[in-house]
Amino acid sequence: MDIFLQQLVNGLTLGSIYALVALGYTMVYGIMELINFAHGDVVMVGAMVALTALQVLTGWGLPPGIALAMAVAMAMAVCMVLGLAIERVAYRPLRRAPKLAPLITAIGLSIVLQQLAALIWGRSYRSFPAVLPADSVSWHGVIITSIQALIIVLAALLMAVLLLLVKRTALGRAMRATAQNPGVAQLMGVNTDRIIALTFALGSVLAAVAGVMVAAYYNVGNYTMGFMLGLKAFTAAVLGGIGNIPGAMLGGLLLGVVEAMGAGYIGDLTGGYFGSNYKDVFAFLVLIGVLVFHPNGLLGSRAREKV
Amino acid sequence: MNPLLEVRNLCVRYGGITAVDGVDLDVMEGERVTLIGANGAGKSSTLKALAGLVAPAGGGFTYGGQDLQSIPPWQRVSRGLALVPEGRGVFNRLTIEENLLMGAYHRKDSSALPGELDHVYGLFARLHERRHQQAGTLSGGEQQMLAIGRALMSRPRLLMLDEPSMGLAPLMVEKIFEVIRKIAAEGVTLLLVEQNARLALALSDRAYVMESGRIVLVDTAAACMENPMVRAAYLGDGGG
Ligand SMILES: Nc1ncnc2c1ncn2[C@@H]1O[C@H](COP(=O)(O)OP(=O)(O)OP(=O)(O)O)[C@@H](O)[C@H]1O
Ligand SMILES: [Mg+2]
Repeated sequence: MDIFLQQLVNGLTLGSIYALVALGYTMVYGIMELINFAHGDVVMVGAMVALTALQVLTGWGLPPGIALAMAVAMAMAVCMVLGLAIERVAYRPLRRAPKLAPLITAIGLSIVLQQLAALIWGRSYRSFPAVLPADSVSWHGVIITSIQALIIVLAALLMAVLLLLVKRTALGRAMRATAQNPGVAQLMGVNTDRIIALTFALGSVLAAVAGVMVAAYYNVGNYTMGFMLGLKAFTAAVLGGIGNIPGAMLGGLLLGVVEAMGAGYIGDLTGGYFGSNYKDVFAFLVLIGVLVFHPNGLLGSRAREKV
Repeated sequence: MNPLLEVRNLCVRYGGITAVDGVDLDVMEGERVTLIGANGAGKSSTLKALAGLVAPAGGGFTYGGQDLQSIPPWQRVSRGLALVPEGRGVFNRLTIEENLLMGAYHRKDSSALPGELDHVYGLFARLHERRHQQAGTLSGGEQQMLAIGRALMSRPRLLMLDEPSMGLAPLMVEKIFEVIRKIAAEGVTLLLVEQNARLALALSDRAYVMESGRIVLVDTAAACMENPMVRAAYLGDGGG
């Protein structure tokens, strides 16, 4: 039982991060039916920017809390500009091109971002400054560290704000309308170019926060860190039903929990043959399972209509 | 009366296909004009060019004396130019009320919206009953009501309707036309594309007949109803 609850906490932490990243995939897919494979690398850029900013700011003697807040803000700003630039330069010119063209562009972009990051930050692993207190609370043998609590609470807060924005504001209505039928949305007076740009900006800001979270959680950042994280978040988006915002949240949390449980029990289940280092396998087993048995995802609509 | 819309030599092409081939068309302020023509004649393409959904390959138009060509489609609705598109184009996964609010998206006077919603619900009581339902669950006729109501939310000066009766049962067609008559009586200028020529001509002042991308006849609606060619081709009149 202890291990179950402990892995649940670990899984929810990881799942919160997956969910934030999955939202970027799903929002962009929802609005332009594009899988932005460079999204994972935006997460990486967010992490690396925050890492550098933290080193500099704490070097100046700023208190850790303030330095962290400023670093997160910088990561958000840089990623937002990056996301807007990606949309403008790489995807907008291809909007009317065959589907394969933006997909290949996305993969190319991912490689470009990684190599640029390698030039800027080097190829070695860099440790994330330990600015957060390493204390934790223990409850019936389950340990929740302060950083885990912070990740879960902050992610929940961001997701709540996003849901409110999408479901309750005129802007959110325009986003949903554009996703469903951009031509008619234009007839309603929606500047759909701006809505698409906004979608990239929002996804990238969430990616920045997720990047800082994951780097802070594992105490490390590296130019390749976006690849596996992006792939898993994409899996989470598919699991929830790609294009569906609550689906991405659910898919992310679920995937995090599945992975944590897998890591926690795989040793027992296989008599010690496989260790927890096989945990990544679970994400992809889930992906295959979803694609085979429920290709539209948990909350996805059966058929996507297109006028 | 001043011309609200003056279309001159409008051409629309899709790759090698010429859909609209030099169309001239005028709509006066307060007028009700019908555009009829066979399938593929280029009626929808004409309306789409006016709304900005396709770029004209040649010619152009003025609206209220202004050239709108350089203005993107999303800025045309705030000038009072509204199109209810072919196939209705309701946002299926938005509720009825959200669809209606989308119609007023460009408007800054949000305090007027509750009154505007009531106006539309007054025209279409059915929409009021279902206002929190997803639009995709509505019947075809109800979706058409919604599409018209949504366009009204923009406070149109020129309302363009593309085949509002398409695919609807006779009773529903009657209902839709009743509302169109009401809208016209409120002083909204109408440009109507319609297969049901009889009903359309009955509420119109003038009509244009389009064939293969060109205007082949312009006349008052009354004269069109007497025109043998129109009677044979569009009023199902086998002569006599
Ligand atoms: N997006 C498009 N791409 C290529 N050809 C098109 C496109 N839209 C319309 N066309 C062609 O242009 C011509 C005119 O089409 P349009 O839809 O304007 O006709 P219409 O008069 O509205 O017909 P209907 O009564 O069937 O609605 C047709 O031959 C049609 O096949
Ligand atoms: Mg048509």
